[in-house]
Amino acid sequence: MEENYIKHQYAPILPKKDEWPVVKLARERKEFILKVGDLAEQRIIGLLGKNPDVLKEELETTLYREKLRIKQNPWDVDPDDEVDFWKEIKTNLLQIHAEVALSKTKRLDAYQVVLKKITSRYAEEISSNFKASHYKFTRRVVTYGFSRLLNAARVKGFTSLFSNQYTLQDKIQITGQTDQIRDLATKGTIVMVPTHFSNLDSILIGWIISVLGMPPFIYGAGLNLFNISIFAYFMNALGAYKVDRRKKNLMYIETLKTYSKEAIQFGCHSLFFPGGTRSRSGIIESKLKLGLLSTAIEAQRANFQKGNGDGSGKIFIVPVTINYHFVLEAPVLIRDYLSMTGQERYYKENDEFSTSYKIFKFLLKFFTKGSDISVSIGKAMDVMGNFVDEEGNSRDKWGRLVDTREYFVSEGKVTVDTQREEEYTQMLGKRIVEEFHKINRVFSSHLVAFVAFELIKARNQKMDVFDLIRLPQEDIVVDYQEFKTGCQRVLDEIFELKAKGKIDAAPHLFKPMDEIIAHGLENVGMYHAKRPLIRDEAGNLTTEDLSLLYFYHNRLHGYDFEKLF
Amino acid sequence: MTLKNSSKTIPVGVIGVGSFGTAVANMLAEKSEVMVYARKQEVVDEINAQHTASGRSLDPSIRATFSPEELCRSCAVLFFMVPSAAFLEVTRLFAPHVHPYHLVIHGTKGLAVQLEPEESLDTVKKLRRNQILTMSEVILQETLAVRVGCLAGPNISKELSLGQPAATVVASKYNEVIQQGQHLLRSEKFQVYGNADIIGVELSGVLKNIIAIAAGALAGLGLGENAKGLLISRGIVEMAHLSKALGGSASSVMGLAGVGDLVTTCNSQDSRNFTLGFRLAKGETLEQILQTMDEVAEGVNTVRIVDAFIKTAGIRAPITENLHRVLFEDLSIEESLQFLMKYPFSVDVDFV
Repeated sequence: MEENYIKHQYAPILPKKDEWPVVKLARERKEFILKVGDLAEQRIIGLLGKNPDVLKEELETTLYREKLRIKQNPWDVDPDDEVDFWKEIKTNLLQIHAEVALSKTKRLDAYQVVLKKITSRYAEEISSNFKASHYKFTRRVVTYGFSRLLNAARVKGFTSLFSNQYTLQDKIQITGQTDQIRDLATKGTIVMVPTHFSNLDSILIGWIISVLGMPPFIYGAGLNLFNISIFAYFMNALGAYKVDRRKKNLMYIETLKTYSKEAIQFGCHSLFFPGGTRSRSGIIESKLKLGLLSTAIEAQRANFQKGNGDGSGKIFIVPVTINYHFVLEAPVLIRDYLSMTGQERYYKENDEFSTSYKIFKFLLKFFTKGSDISVSIGKAMDVMGNFVDEEGNSRDKWGRLVDTREYFVSEGKVTVDTQREEEYTQMLGKRIVEEFHKINRVFSSHLVAFVAFELIKARNQKMDVFDLIRLPQEDIVVDYQEFKTGCQRVLDEIFELKAKGKIDAAPHLFKPMDEIIAHGLENVGMYHAKRPLIRDEAGNLTTEDLSLLYFYHNRLHGYDFEKLF
Repeated sequence: MTLKNSSKTIPVGVIGVGSFGTAVANMLAEKSEVMVYARKQEVVDEINAQHTASGRSLDPSIRATFSPEELCRSCAVLFFMVPSAAFLEVTRLFAPHVHPYHLVIHGTKGLAVQLEPEESLDTVKKLRRNQILTMSEVILQETLAVRVGCLAGPNISKELSLGQPAATVVASKYNEVIQQGQHLLRSEKFQVYGNADIIGVELSGVLKNIIAIAAGALAGLGLGENAKGLLISRGIVEMAHLSKALGGSASSVMGLAGVGDLVTTCNSQDSRNFTLGFRLAKGETLEQILQTMDEVAEGVNTVRIVDAFIKTAGIRAPITENLHRVLFEDLSIEESLQFLMKYPFSVDVDFV
């Protein structure tokens, strides 16, 4: 069974860290933050129009919401001077309001000064704190530490702790277009868009980027993760900037977008989790959050405007899927999903990743037992969803050369049209979802969970998911033979789709069916206290937690396999 | 100002010089330089020498070409005015020359289907939405153009050529396309509305053909205005539901491309669809009628496609279903009318 994953470490494409865009950015951090603050201010003025009353109202709304947030939902990472800052803003606003004599333009100017204060502060908050030395240290810790653990678990004997028989790359398999992404990283700017199922993803991707020999990417990480000290260290080391999901005001969002756009234009390879948050249901993201994605399109247009027509300013979108047998947070995620009745407004972060201790325990389990992870790197696309060749040129589906710049041209020149770019963002979002489904790598555990759940559902046709979850465990038994035939049917369909390039399958799915099932049962949600799928004494299948089974089953949602039942 | 200047120098392209294409080219020529494409050399020569296309007069400033390459190179805005039967073929012909900077606006009312190799429209039983393409979806699929729009509305070419007042809808997801369409077409006699729901507008123009056949049949049976009012109103309800099921919004059906075009078509002896229904009611069979018609009435294909779609999707559309039985399953018009009169509609309007 030859596995076609990447086993060697790539040489770095930019050996000197001084050449890394993210290092350059860190060096110019101060100027960069100033620039982001300025541009965000201009952007907001552009959105609101030059009307002092509208601006005043927006400022007051922001102030109100921020005060409410500070009071109702404070976090450890929040800066100490926060209360004072907003007090000062309040005083400023009152002062301007009191000066009745001011002319309209003077008032606008005065409000703009306040706006600038806010955007500058936000820019500072968002900005990453990358230090090359920390990065190197972290990388070494991750690679060295993990491979020690791994070998300790797999290689027997006293010297096992020092064995190099297994490396992390055996545990976390990287497949797909690895050479292309390396090539393109020297030709333009990469925007990587992975699926998001676990908080572990950020660190995992960071490690993969380093294995591939690419300079660190910057990415937006939820500020909540910075509450956990171990994560905060890793995140900073990996070049993360902070996204505070509590702040939903216009000024914050526009500053964030400006930050992302400018960083991409600066040449920093970036990473977005386009689903916005971890997939609660276990379904591969099908609706993407388009806010940050739109910054990639904006940055591309801005690069064309500046006339980098030679291709150096080109932005490449690379979809990535991460496939797990086991997602540590699954019980919380699925509970969340099921109880989510309205919109997720003030979602309380409280899950398995809440303390450094729990994470450590998980890592220990992960490296000492089975359960592999695979990461599939998809084909690179331009911002319009056209695939690009090895030279970085866009090609249409017939292989003809496409000049991406022309998408932004009207009347012969590159123009700014925000409505147009919104549509383009949606198109790009759809393309990414399409690619996710194509490069998604099916594991045995996904297959068994899917088939078991579908059989249970088919037996109780009148029930919806919520009714099913309330079924007593004794009532949920699936006959092994029936289950096996079901697995075969789905697997045949998977192979058929795979032949058309519409899905990918892990090598272990080519084994005999009984082995696949055994492998799947052993791995599916293996470390949960309640296992989603087990065999009873009679050899038939049952579940200890149907909602978890539902979660793992959802991974194969979106391919129309349900019609087989 | 720059807009106007540049559109004076960069010609607008019109592909197809049928009756509607000619009318649109003439309206465009009032403001801009226009270049038209015709497939046959003799038509091109006729336009360039005599300023007529198959006898229809064209503005003398209009130049013709039979080179898709030249037309695409010269023009930034392209109007595809091709009959639906030839649409895919012509689009593929132009595809190699269409760039992402082109704005493409089409004026074709029809649907295309993607079938498995062994299937045909005669035999196909199941049609899912992703197998049905509106004309804008054909353009998006076949070419690199993304900024695509459509023209739809009560636009009888004969009346347009006479300069009688009329209006149209330019629908596109892109404001830019709508604005460009309005800028190029608007005149004292021609009003241009915008709509962002391009699928809904295209579907309105397509689905109204079904109702037009039914309207012709009612007229052929010698029924009066009450019956027509009934049909139009129920027709709109059916169009709204079908449009929703196919991805458009119900509100577009209420506009110029839906109600507007439907009322016009249901009263027009010039409409092929209306005539088809009329002759059916007079006792001719579909085969006999099609033999004597020079162009296929688009509604016949639409009935087939929509009927296969609703059967697959599990929804009901009584007028379409019954027309399908009349056209292809030997149900008599009288029987189907009786069936419709007994159909348990209970609510007047349930889609707004």
